[in-house]
Amino acid sequence: MGEAIVITSGKGGVGKTTTSANIGTALALLGKKVCLVDTDIGLRNLDVVMGLENRIIYDLVDAVEGRCKLQQALIKDKRFEELYLLPAAQTKDKHAVEPEQMRNLINELKNDFDYVVIDCPAGIEQGFKNAVAGADKAIVVTTPENAAVRDADRIIGLLEKERIESPKLIINRIRPHLVKKGDMLDVDDVCQVLAIDLLGLVPDDEHVIKAANSGEPTVMNPDSKASIAYRNIARRILGDAVPLMRFDSKPGMMAKVRKFFRLG
Amino acid sequence: MSAAKNHVLIKGNKDGLVFLLDDQCEYADLVRDLRHKLENTHHNLLRGPIVHVVVKLGKRSVTEEQSEELLSIIRSCGNLIVQKVESEAPDDGNKPVRGALHVEKGIVRSGQTLYVDGDLLLVGDVNPGGTVEATGNIYILGALKGMAHAGIGGDEQAVIAASHLRPTQLRIAGVISRPPDEWELQGDMLMEFAYLQDGQMSIDKLIHLHRIRPGAAKFIQGE
Repeated sequence: MGEAIVITSGKGGVGKTTTSANIGTALALLGKKVCLVDTDIGLRNLDVVMGLENRIIYDLVDAVEGRCKLQQALIKDKRFEELYLLPAAQTKDKHAVEPEQMRNLINELKNDFDYVVIDCPAGIEQGFKNAVAGADKAIVVTTPENAAVRDADRIIGLLEKERIESPKLIINRIRPHLVKKGDMLDVDDVCQVLAIDLLGLVPDDEHVIKAANSGEPTVMNPDSKASIAYRNIARRILGDAVPLMRFDSKPGMMAKVRKFFRLG
Repeated sequence: MSAAKNHVLIKGNKDGLVFLLDDQCEYADLVRDLRHKLENTHHNLLRGPIVHVVVKLGKRSVTEEQSEELLSIIRSCGNLIVQKVESEAPDDGNKPVRGALHVEKGIVRSGQTLYVDGDLLLVGDVNPGGTVEATGNIYILGALKGMAHAGIGGDEQAVIAASHLRPTQLRIAGVISRPPDEWELQGDMLMEFAYLQDGQMSIDKLIHLHRIRPGAAKFIQGE
């Protein structure tokens, strides 16, 4: 029996879909059997970010309404043997599915997969209720902005009501130089307000945008900082004690030498 | 017999007797007078055939045991049958006593509201967007970063105290105030509380609370 993890945030645009794609891929990279589920019915994105858009034949609503078998709606990833995507319908809306149907669907998937990663839509209405219905655990994604933290706080309250065991926090798009100048919320500030366990910190990385547009999750590129952050998060989900990434990294020896010569 | 001691009036009407019990005196005095009348002064008058009795308590509110005690004294006469007990006491049987303290633990998150009837002691934070409301005082062992409304029923004596007072808004009774505009937040880490002074929101250090709102604190005094 696998585990279903919902990735949620409340606010839109903080990186739920990117986080889902990368955590799912990173777990597959670590040899786990993973299914990504896009519950953003009507505004699906996960297939685009994963680069699987052109392979969709059936979708989540088809599977729920019995127009196809669940296995038929699953799309196998082009890079990994054991990574699958269940895409959302683009032509319906959030009310096409009920939480109870969603719970059954996720339970069915949990029989076949080690991890079911559920990408939740923004907002707190039907779509959110559907997404969390079948989840065992939750990851709350936020960015170091007041508005995002406010919404994350609301979501944590709602998750507690849904009886999902203690949600974990990912702070996305941190810009270390802004934090240092005091123009961006500190990691500690965010954690103090939300008061839940920190699962990972992801720095703002231009590579993420490029990767999302090319349909290749960032995690595939071992040179990007965000990629390492996502891999660490995946390892923490598996139970490894990986230290949190530090951004105030002192310049390395070579950088010092280079700086010295430039000044000289 | 002096008038002061006359706490029980017994009157007769066509249905029987009416016991009018004084609702101002001490309960113990009432019981004493009732016993005295039934067993001594009116002993002979009340002897005889079965008489129906109506007991009128006036505005006194009695507990169940007290009511039972009064009835058993009357019944002990043998021939008196209590038909009914009438009370004009305000019906507050189910209402919690004013000032009852409710202790709550946890974080009040954005979008959540915690309401209590009485005083609130919250162990935990109130996050921005969260709301705590109480008909009495609000005490927070934690950070108040959201909204707090004390004295919701209109109690202007209510106060709001917190370990870390950084609210988005404070309300006491009908007065609403936004922090930085109306009162300065102090930089030091001492606990503070908010109260109404001439209808204006004011802030002071928590250690001054007893001066501004003296309570009925009963300290055990050393000899």
